[in-house]
Amino acid sequence: MFRNVAELVELAEQNQVKIAEIMIRQEIEVSGRSREDIIAQMDNNLSVMERAVERGLNGVKSHSGLTGGDAVLLQNYINTGKSLSGNLLLDAVSKAVATNEVNAAMGIICATPTAGSAGVVPGTLFAVKEKLNPTRMEMIEFLFTTAAFGFVVANNASISGAAGGCQAEVGSASGMAAAAIVEMAGGTPQQSSEAFAITLKNMLGLVCDPVAGLVEVPCVKRNAMGASNAITAADMALAGVTSRIPCDEVIGAMYAIGQTMPSALRETAEGGLAATPTGRRLEEEIFGKPKTKLVDYLITK
Amino acid sequence: MKYRSAFDIIGPVMIGPSSSHTAGAARIGRVARTLFEKQPTKAVISLYGSFAKTYKGHGTDLALVAGIMDFDTFDERIPEALEIAEQSGLEVEFITEDAVTEHPNTVKINLFDDAGKELEIVGISIGGGTIEIIEINSFKLKLSGAHPAILVVHHDRFGLISAVTSVLSKYQINIGHMEVSRKEKGDVAVMVIEMDHKLEEGVFAELSSLEGVDQVIRLVD
Repeated sequence: MFRNVAELVELAEQNQVKIAEIMIRQEIEVSGRSREDIIAQMDNNLSVMERAVERGLNGVKSHSGLTGGDAVLLQNYINTGKSLSGNLLLDAVSKAVATNEVNAAMGIICATPTAGSAGVVPGTLFAVKEKLNPTRMEMIEFLFTTAAFGFVVANNASISGAAGGCQAEVGSASGMAAAAIVEMAGGTPQQSSEAFAITLKNMLGLVCDPVAGLVEVPCVKRNAMGASNAITAADMALAGVTSRIPCDEVIGAMYAIGQTMPSALRETAEGGLAATPTGRRLEEEIFGKPKTKLVDYLITK
Repeated sequence: MKYRSAFDIIGPVMIGPSSSHTAGAARIGRVARTLFEKQPTKAVISLYGSFAKTYKGHGTDLALVAGIMDFDTFDERIPEALEIAEQSGLEVEFITEDAVTEHPNTVKINLFDDAGKELEIVGISIGGGTIEIIEINSFKLKLSGAHPAILVVHHDRFGLISAVTSVLSKYQINIGHMEVSRKEKGDVAVMVIEMDHKLEEGVFAELSSLEGVDQVIRLVD
């Protein structure tokens, strides 16, 4: 069993297989299930992601009314041919947004690694798919590669916004996606590790501050940013750019930052964007007047 | 290693919006339901930390109640769980607690039925839909989560611990960690057993059928 990214990369290199294959072998060993069974389950998760993107691109609206419809705007804009950032990048962004809009509307999604960060992995996968034309099996492998990196983060740091802030959720998801994009594009296991490190470095310190405690604002747009960050970092790693700080140490830094992050910025809706005048007003509109808190009283004084 | 499977990371398939606050909550509710063995008539749910602060926004209340009604994380009835509970005669009470718990996503569930049956469990949702049950009827569980584990509820009398371990030994299943506890002498007792191997259905059934054993539950698969 691999305990960190360095061991994961070493295992893949020694056995001359993809990182995805290392994850599949470990899953077989740990669960005692057959390879076919495990592949079939991931295939099903992939189908859930496809349906969520499709639903989001057709337009959804959350119960609160805070989010929904942005994926449609993005696709319409791509179709005008005027996109500045390029169609692949914006396609990934729109599909990430689509997934999170479905999530916010209490639709069915697959957590990757969490629901709040569920847009990044499918968003990038379905956009890169248009360029790399992978087989169904290669798309399933993409998900196993993301799982391998997420597995390390979850066990050595955290994938929970309440424990480690948004860097633990969208940050982890973006790194996972970047590593898998590199592998699908033909990069080495080491380049996947570099892509993960570069991505997560750019998201260190990101707080979890959902307005009204809803997984909507700013979560949906953070998935958009996470998707573009992943593709950029994957390109950097494929170009030969490396991270000065090794991947496992970046994960360690993320954990340490999460540990010192104040509770108000870890999914309590007490700080950051949630505590802005507009954030508070939206909360009141949705849930009614909140109880006066001592800390708010002191701040307004 | 708290996370053991690729599907703890890519998964679960679930109704949004939050894997920890919605899917994890549904799973904790469902464990409570499994332990209770039937639909309760009353549930008192105490929320702590981030659960207490943001449960409305995340549908944590809906998901917990859905789980108590035995709905899975992807059940499309989750958004209507409170109405369904009311229609099916399940009275629900929510309490938001100020106490600071070790983990920010902590919930205590007390279930009751009309015949006086009671159950209390404390669960935590540690991220990505993965959960841990840390307490059952005030009995603290110390599970690493890294190995398959079962909970055996049984009568407190001599020979039962030996009967259970004999079955495991017969199938060459090694015990890594084990704890025993009871409410009062001669009353209900529990064993928590962490093993190196997953229990096959046959072994599971044999343990369940032992005289004096009320219930065997898989805590970690």
